Amino acid sequence: MNERPDPRDAGEGLTVTDAAPTTRWAGGRVGPGLSLRECRPTRRRLWRNRRNTGLIVLAVGLTLIPVVLILYYIVSKGIVTMDWEFLTSSQPFSLRRSGGGFLNGLIGTAIMVGLATVVSVPLGILGAVYLVEYGKSNWLAKLIRFFSDVMTGVPSIFVGLFVYTALVVQFGFGALMGAASLAIIMMPIVVRSTEEMLKLVPPELKDASYALGAAKWQTVLKVILPSAAPGITTGAMLAVARAAGETAPLLLTALGSLQLTAKLWGSPIQALPLAIFDGARQPFEAGQARAWAGALELLIIVLVFTIVARVVASRSRISR
Amino acid sequence: MLVLLVLAYMVISTTGTALPVFREEGISFVTSSDWNPSAGQFGALAFIYGTVLTSVIALVIAVPLSVGVALFLTEYSPKRLRGPIGYAVDLLAAVPSVIYGLWGVFVLLPLFLQPAADFLAKYLGFIPIFSGPPSGLSYFGAGVILAIMITPIISSLTREVFATVPTADRHAAYALGATRWEMVRQVVLPRGRAGVVGATMLGLGRALGETIAVALLVGSSTKISASVVQPGYTMAAVIANTFAEATGSHIRALVGIGVVLFVMTIIINMIARAIVWRFNRI
Repeated sequence: MNERPDPRDAGEGLTVTDAAPTTRWAGGRVGPGLSLRECRPTRRRLWRNRRNTGLIVLAVGLTLIPVVLILYYIVSKGIVTMDWEFLTSSQPFSLRRSGGGFLNGLIGTAIMVGLATVVSVPLGILGAVYLVEYGKSNWLAKLIRFFSDVMTGVPSIFVGLFVYTALVVQFGFGALMGAASLAIIMMPIVVRSTEEMLKLVPPELKDASYALGAAKWQTVLKVILPSAAPGITTGAMLAVARAAGETAPLLLTALGSLQLTAKLWGSPIQALPLAIFDGARQPFEAGQARAWAGALELLIIVLVFTIVARVVASRSRISR
Repeated sequence: MLVLLVLAYMVISTTGTALPVFREEGISFVTSSDWNPSAGQFGALAFIYGTVLTSVIALVIAVPLSVGVALFLTEYSPKRLRGPIGYAVDLLAAVPSVIYGLWGVFVLLPLFLQPAADFLAKYLGFIPIFSGPPSGLSYFGAGVILAIMITPIISSLTREVFATVPTADRHAAYALGATRWEMVRQVVLPRGRAGVVGATMLGLGRALGETIAVALLVGSSTKISASVVQPGYTMAAVIANTFAEATGSHIRALVGIGVVLFVMTIIINMIARAIVWRFNRI
């Protein structure tokens, strides 16, 4: 704990060595005849210091308990049901029946997240390029920046409601509607993280490109985007991780289904988080067991994306 | 550009759908707690109350914890522990909310929430907010799971703010003979105050809109109860739990709740951004 010099060992009496016999200083005893080593903060101050250090360590402990408990229970309860059958078959038609798996949910999640990524990542990158290279700080750019900030804070269930009122009412539940809601959730994340990355591209690189006679679009396409690519990838992967775990908007757009389907519209489609949610709401043991295994599956997917994103980010950091 | 259009369209489309309900119920949509879809009565006060109450409980628990964690990581922790603990806390932020819900219902509820609720009702039951009959599936339960979910968000922002305090200021405090706590108290905390407030507001925005974990743990009762250990409902949770069986004007009312929730979170977020933005300018 003590890498720093202990404040109690030094400094306390420096200013008052030849003051009146015993000077009471606000925080402790100092005066002539007392060596620096004997000048100590009052017990009260020391006690308070120790107590608060204790409280802070306690806070860390309390925060870490859930981390450990969540990982432990997801892994230990999930691994029981997690087997080849779980990974490769769909849900049985009754939650009471054991066996079967969440293949339908996995496929649905893959389709919807995939579609959402294809739409939101390019659009998000374009938006960020506009913000950094073209809009800079004109009113439109400021407005967009502000609203994409605000949109990151929009509750995901509201996005679901929006897609419901705008699309589902007309076209029915389906993968496309689910993907639309996920894309709306992902887009602001991609815009903001890409923008941060583009800002880090050194201006010398751009200047060099312009000096070679490159046009603006050439500079953007061949210089700026490639040099920011690792950072953009990180942002996109974090957005994917976020989208894969979203449940609330899918309740209102994809609805969920027990069947394995790959149709893009016209029929409800299952997603991994929806399947877990269903299992958690039911009193049937078999359904709950599947939910735990599904949670393990989802957690692994999300963590893989998050960790790979981190690794990409730390491996190739643009000079900060 | 598209972001802007989508946002505008979002507001128009949802408000448009909910308009008949707003018009019919008028102000009583947010001031009445009569929620009876089959009789066509839609007063969302109980859900607004539940949302605010669970978020407040979450903040009361999460803010001290997150500030503690942030202080530990920036001021107290030995270098070797800093990385792993930081990662572990960030990990909490990456866990999807449905997993929190599942874990909350099957692990946290029997292990902690129910005993804690029983305890509160038994020993503090004379205070109205803890009066029984106690249930773990309650405002309290939802608040605790929310606290676990927003702690990493608040603490990571707070940590960044604390890290910007100049080392010279810290040394100055030590040179004056301050103990470590006095240094934190008089140097780090005042400097970081705006950042902590901003981070708290962002955490609040997240807590208000959180759906799935709360839907599983809040207890699903449409009555308002003053006691935190009794079941209730929140706006997001009522949408998620009852949307599937809703029809007609019931759906419109749920969309209306969504609009109210949206307005609330937008206001909170704007305040938070304004605080953080001002802090960055100083």
